[in-house]
Amino acid sequence: MITDSTLMVDLFLLTLACFGVGALGALSAAGSPALARIVGHVSALLGAISALTFGVAGLVGGTMELNIPDLLPVGGAAFGVDRLSAFFVLVIAVGAIPAALYAIGYTREYAEKHSLAGIGFAFNIFIVGMILIPLARNVLTFLALWELMSLASYFLVITEHEREDTLSAGWVYFVMTHAGFAALFLGFLLLAQTTGSMHFAEWSAAAAHLGPDTRNLVFVLLGIGFGSKAGVIPLHIWLPRAHPAAPSHVSALMSGVMIKVGVYGLLRVAFDWLGAGPLWWGGMMLIVGAVSGVLGVLYALVDPDLKRLLAYSSVENIGIILLGAGAAMLFQATQLSGLAALALVATLYHTLNHAAFKSLLFMGAGAVLHATHTRNMEELGGLIKRMPQTAALFLVGSLAIAALPPFNGFISEWLTFQALLSSFQISAHTVNLIFALGVAALALTSGLAVACFVRAFGITFLALPRSDRAEHAREVEWTMRAAMALLALVCIVLGVAPSLVLTPLEAIVFDLTGAHADMRFNLTAVVANGEFGWVAPLWIGLGLVMFLLAIPLALRLLGANQRQRFYETWGCGRALQTARFEYTATAFANPFKRVFTVLYRPIKDLDIEFHPESRYFVRTIEYYNEGRLIFEDAIYRPLLGVIETLARRARVLQSGNVHSYLVYILVALVALLIFAV
Amino acid sequence: MFTKIAIEILQLLIVALGSPLLVGVIRKAKARLQGRRGAPIFQPYADIRKLFSKEVVVSENSSWLFRFTPYLLATTMLLAALIVPVLTTSAPLAFMGNIIALMYLFLLGTFFLALAGLDAGSAFGGMGSSREVAIAALAEPTVLIAIFGIALRAGTTSLDGMIIRFAAEPLLMLNAGHLLAFFAFFIVTLAENGRLPVDNPATHLELTMIHEAMILEYSGRLLALVEWAAGMKLFLFLTLISNLFFPWGVALSNTPSALTIAFLALALKLLLFAGAIALLETAVAKLRLFRVPELLAGSFTVALLAVVTSFFLK
Repeated sequence: MITDSTLMVDLFLLTLACFGVGALGALSAAGSPALARIVGHVSALLGAISALTFGVAGLVGGTMELNIPDLLPVGGAAFGVDRLSAFFVLVIAVGAIPAALYAIGYTREYAEKHSLAGIGFAFNIFIVGMILIPLARNVLTFLALWELMSLASYFLVITEHEREDTLSAGWVYFVMTHAGFAALFLGFLLLAQTTGSMHFAEWSAAAAHLGPDTRNLVFVLLGIGFGSKAGVIPLHIWLPRAHPAAPSHVSALMSGVMIKVGVYGLLRVAFDWLGAGPLWWGGMMLIVGAVSGVLGVLYALVDPDLKRLLAYSSVENIGIILLGAGAAMLFQATQLSGLAALALVATLYHTLNHAAFKSLLFMGAGAVLHATHTRNMEELGGLIKRMPQTAALFLVGSLAIAALPPFNGFISEWLTFQALLSSFQISAHTVNLIFALGVAALALTSGLAVACFVRAFGITFLALPRSDRAEHAREVEWTMRAAMALLALVCIVLGVAPSLVLTPLEAIVFDLTGAHADMRFNLTAVVANGEFGWVAPLWIGLGLVMFLLAIPLALRLLGANQRQRFYETWGCGRALQTARFEYTATAFANPFKRVFTVLYRPIKDLDIEFHPESRYFVRTIEYYNEGRLIFEDAIYRPLLGVIETLARRARVLQSGNVHSYLVYILVALVALLIFAV
Repeated sequence: MFTKIAIEILQLLIVALGSPLLVGVIRKAKARLQGRRGAPIFQPYADIRKLFSKEVVVSENSSWLFRFTPYLLATTMLLAALIVPVLTTSAPLAFMGNIIALMYLFLLGTFFLALAGLDAGSAFGGMGSSREVAIAALAEPTVLIAIFGIALRAGTTSLDGMIIRFAAEPLLMLNAGHLLAFFAFFIVTLAENGRLPVDNPATHLELTMIHEAMILEYSGRLLALVEWAAGMKLFLFLTLISNLFFPWGVALSNTPSALTIAFLALALKLLLFAGAIALLETAVAKLRLFRVPELLAGSFTVALLAVVTSFFLK
């Protein structure tokens, strides 16, 4: 047990110093892109390692209280740490360490067109902003850091600002993130006003005495604010635009880590600031999670853009995380706090896991982009032979995100299932039914995720290359591979040795729910909810390795024919085999497009130009088949329409006449005075 | 210690060696029902032996993944054989996973097989992979909801625990919910194992194949492994259904007499299921691919009903 808070403060200041040096060093090295690149990213790497240490120290019980009175108005800047904060710092560091390492190599080619000083500066500010948010202890500190994180990430998103689509993605991100900020701001002000305190520490005691209407309103406002950062459907529209547009190491951070800051906020609201609420809070959270999970993966499944596919899959994983969180809230509301703690353990575990495998996958996609200069899966293929290490690492990430044993995604989804299935202990039919639908949604999500990542890996890396770019791809440099290897290792270790994570997680959820999670575990096995379910991932892993070694050996001993000959793929006797014969990403997704037509509502267009002599010969075929985005069509477009109409109406006020503007000022002043009296 | 190892080895051998026989019996029964004499029931052994002695021809386009997948498939099935209570509810390695872990282990195999289908760069393989993962994904909710349906009555998701509970209190199974869960699980078994009406294991017309299209490029010992693994998967699924829904005969203690009874009971139950599948495959035609989701949606509804009835009849 660490009680020495000076160690924590030292680590905290060291982290700040590293990122400070990184940010300012990158700026001052603006003249030399190579220097700016190295200084900016190496400092960030050191800062992230320091943050990891801080997180671990916080998880084993280190505490810290730090107030800087003059830095901000109304109470100054206040920082502190508890186990939940420390865990999220750790999650951020797990994403940031490899991202910084990866960036050293990845940003090399940005030197020609873009300012590496700017990239390095924004990168450091972005990470330090994220790390500080969970540590903020009053309203103004929190909001200032929130804005810092959002702005820094916005500038990183528009790094490739010469591209039209990047700018428009950045714009959508900018607007959505500030809409979310507005909701947060209102929620915070309401809570601060009604509880009479700007300090988070005093909220949980005071919020219990608020009226139900106020509590509901605060929950909804903060839910929208944090939910939009987490990227839940229907507030997700910025995510699949902004994440792919950013440079890949930033995409990895945004998808792997930044959206988790939203999850942090949601957990804080539900388990600390407001405390246990009515049933519908948890039910709402669970339903939003279920919808985000299923729809997120369905959109990922049909997208031909590798990075956008990964972005949609982040929406899906946030859905899985919120399914766990919603279940925990429902258990809490029905006084089953042991199960609430179990569900919360699953939630936090998946949060950490997603940070590892999503960062890995985005970096893999970045490596592919780096080597081929395309994100379009229809132009990829055959990379497993050209980039064997990247391919193997991407495969690990795909297996982990598809929740297959013995990788880390499996154990957290398994825990989520155990928590959801344990819901039969609740005796309220509506709640039971919500849980049953949650089980079905999670099952469908994980099944579709398998399909999605078979497609992502299979089309990108297997068979023949579909374009010259893929044909001439080369393996990427070692910093990028090392970063991915690090994350792949994390995916495996977290998968086979859950006790490493479960011990600290149990302490966190004990702090939050006041109950011990309904589970037991040792080095190899996890038992959930009494004897309800068990799994031993380490043994599964060992069993897989053992049989994989034993079977070829046995075949050899039994005298199976070991000869092997390479020959062309069989194709009904046609003369040549080209990449044109391969199944495409679009074709692969077609069964899903047909089954879920209601959702995709695809626009199909088939243009065939026949040979003038005979209709049996075709000159050109043009096939167009794109899905529509229902949320954009159903919610955002009408909303934009309303805003535009209002703006046009308001134009009447803008006469351009100085005298009338003076009248406006006078009227406004008088109105304010009357209002004040 | 010795008995423990012996029991696991026994389970492994039953699954590994029994699965070709199961396939042979189904084929024979089907042939007789269709008025043919059919191949001997031991034909699958001869087929596997023949394939093992043949040279492997591998597509030039494919990668290590293509050659690795058959080994992984066989591995997942053998590992599953250690977990599934084939004979006894006290298999020493059953602690490796509950029914959910088992289902994910099967998915691991599906994942790799679907990748292998894409690896050779043939349109057939891709078609098979795409359809296979579509069916697997759509079957997943049914699987989990059916599991939910039985777990909430048994109070556990551990395979052994469910069987012990149902064997001790057979009345638990005597309600509509259990029957519905059984139907849902049976349909999923057909879908997951590429049987009619979802996929035709006997077809060799490329455009209608699913599982067979995926493995079209395999030959020699790799094909033998894939076929053997497919047989084991069917064996394990049917064993699971037999022992979960009809737990009679499963050894609750590891005495030689109990194990013998368990073996005979298992043989009988599998024989009945083999007959049922043969009958079904004779009676129904293959569904069009895009009708399969309707079948799976139907089975999902049945599974959900199973859960709902258990809540209301609690």
